[in-house]
Amino acid sequence: MAKYSMHLLVCGGTGCRSAHSAKITENFKNELDASNLSETIQVIETGCFGFCEKGPIVKIMPDNTFYTQVKPEDIKEIVAEHLIKGRKVTRLLYIDPEKKEKIEDSKHMGFYRKQLRIALRNCGFIDPENIDEYIAREGYEALGRCLAEMTPQDVINIVKESGLRGRGGGGFPTGLKWEFASKYQADQKYVVCNADEGDPGAFMDRSILEGDPHSVIEAMAICGYAIGATKGLVYIRAEYPLAIKRLQIAIKQAREYGLLGKNILGSNFEFDIELRYGAGAFVCGEETALIHSMEGLRGEPTVKPPFPAESGYWGKPTNVNNVETFANIPVIILKGGKWFRSIGTEKSPGTKVFALAGKINNVGLIEVPMGITLREVIFEIGGGIKDGKKFKAVQTGGPSGGCLTEKHLDTPIEFDTLIAAGSMMGSGGMIVMDEDDCMVAVAKFYLEFTVEESCGKCAPCRIGNKRLHETLEKICKGNGTREDIELLQNMSRVIKDTALCGLGQTSPNPVLSTIDNFWDEYIEHVDQKKCRAGVCKDLMQYVIRAENCVGCTACARVCPVGAISGERKSVHKIDPAICIKCGACIEKCKFDAIFIQ
Amino acid sequence: MTKVKSLADLRKMKEELQNKVHLREKGDNAESLVQIRVGMGTSGIASGAKEIFNFFVEELEKRNIEAVVTQTGDMGYNFAEPTVEVTLPGKDPIVFGNVTTQKADKIIECYIKNGELVEGILPENYDKIDNK
Repeated sequence: MAKYSMHLLVCGGTGCRSAHSAKITENFKNELDASNLSETIQVIETGCFGFCEKGPIVKIMPDNTFYTQVKPEDIKEIVAEHLIKGRKVTRLLYIDPEKKEKIEDSKHMGFYRKQLRIALRNCGFIDPENIDEYIAREGYEALGRCLAEMTPQDVINIVKESGLRGRGGGGFPTGLKWEFASKYQADQKYVVCNADEGDPGAFMDRSILEGDPHSVIEAMAICGYAIGATKGLVYIRAEYPLAIKRLQIAIKQAREYGLLGKNILGSNFEFDIELRYGAGAFVCGEETALIHSMEGLRGEPTVKPPFPAESGYWGKPTNVNNVETFANIPVIILKGGKWFRSIGTEKSPGTKVFALAGKINNVGLIEVPMGITLREVIFEIGGGIKDGKKFKAVQTGGPSGGCLTEKHLDTPIEFDTLIAAGSMMGSGGMIVMDEDDCMVAVAKFYLEFTVEESCGKCAPCRIGNKRLHETLEKICKGNGTREDIELLQNMSRVIKDTALCGLGQTSPNPVLSTIDNFWDEYIEHVDQKKCRAGVCKDLMQYVIRAENCVGCTACARVCPVGAISGERKSVHKIDPAICIKCGACIEKCKFDAIFIQ
Repeated sequence: MTKVKSLADLRKMKEELQNKVHLREKGDNAESLVQIRVGMGTSGIASGAKEIFNFFVEELEKRNIEAVVTQTGDMGYNFAEPTVEVTLPGKDPIVFGNVTTQKADKIIECYIKNGELVEGILPENYDKIDNK
């Protein structure tokens, strides 16, 4: 085998790929061939590095050089300068946003310093399409140990001891779930991996499957051994083509090595995995709806109990866990439940992966110990708010979560504290908002989503959410009253109490939490018909400042609907009845004479 | 592909495959390992730095010494190329000049293994900005 002295890690996650990282890999290979370096330098396409904001990422090992926003045409220079002459291409290095210094070594980046990567341990480190690299990182060792040295109950005990809680949103203890499923007797049981990641702005599960698919396969097999199942199913949305492809490759390789199939590692244990594709309905993230969807039925939830552990897929005992939950399992088996418990907080041990999105400098994927504060995540890892604007709120938990504000910034992040603060962990989406975001409009956005995604089975969710959305729409249009706010609150409580599944029970959360935390903004909308962020178009009025207007007619000429009138060299006027608030006049005016009221 | 038949098989495989990712793992904890930087500017390469670089990579591996070997730009000691900077864990870096393969061998045997200094150390003739 060739002896490599340098590894070039090119990010092959969906984000970087859409910025031509595949071309970067190809260019590297060609350039290395041309310079006779392909024997000594290896190019590896990895999963997501998490630093999606500055993608595509190229990391050079062993010197830890971290190049950001690399373009295919930069490759020639990197090869000629860095790889041949040892001089780093400084213009591609990451610049610390605070100190304005170029950072040569990725270990000194604020983005990585506070992270602890367990579920993402191999993302951005190994080639996800090569099982050998996973095995070299102690892959399948945990499965091997379970089969050779432990009883199924031992495995369940370790998971119970670790205190791992479901990372998909609910936070139910994983070990208990496994134990329930193991207690039921049946001729066939199933292990299901829930990869139906539906929160807007969330991409944790996709990144794990793209960057380290074997960790999930191994964990599913371990779960199969623990609960006595021989079949595994991954329910994944069809809109994740790269994750599907890498999962398929990984399953094929695992079968070829005999790590899936009959007599795994010389034991009597048999396990195999198949994929099931979802059409991308949000409600199918709910486990009963997911199971129905896999059975070919409509993706509608049913009342629990019976829980899937008793009667799930085709009426058989079924254990459903989320991708990230599974990704933690092999490490827990290898290092023990006590070790896992030592990380994070007492009630929420371990780490959590978050997808940072919105008005934040470092958009990307991070993994942090539970108990870290929102402030650390947003300002230290996330690098603060974009363009020096002021932080307003962070939305956690997706459409089921709520908005947290300035006063929550020092709250430690864990399942229970987030619920106490009126939001929830959810699957780990974090959308950061700044002063330019209108909270009424944000609540309306989430309701729009839940109205669209409601399966329609139960009335509170089908009708109630629609009414909530209409009321919010009314407020945003400037027709709201104080009674409407009260109506929103009452209706929200009723929906929460009466909806059938998690979708409806949590969908009013964005409304309630924005009313709680941004009461002033709601009042402004209904009393003064004002939107301070300037988002609700119907509440805005374009007005000409008489003392600044010189009558140049530039605005009147650019107005697409002829709403501006006035004689040459005299003050102009905008007719609010005609104005469509497109903003064209403001851009055109050189005298700062038009403003929004 | 052959099947992996037991846990022992899997472990053996892991040992064999280790070197695939070992380089990356070493880079992750470079501070605790011997770090060697070979000056590979134009004059370094012209004086045979590439050969020295390869020598270090291969020999350290053969002699089972955990080390991170990287290349760097011109270090400024052009009168004494090829130049090699060696940093033992917790110690200040030392630069050796006029390194041949024989001398590289000596550096490994004496300095890296036993901490004994070898002839040809170049005095530090500049301050780094981090110390200012």
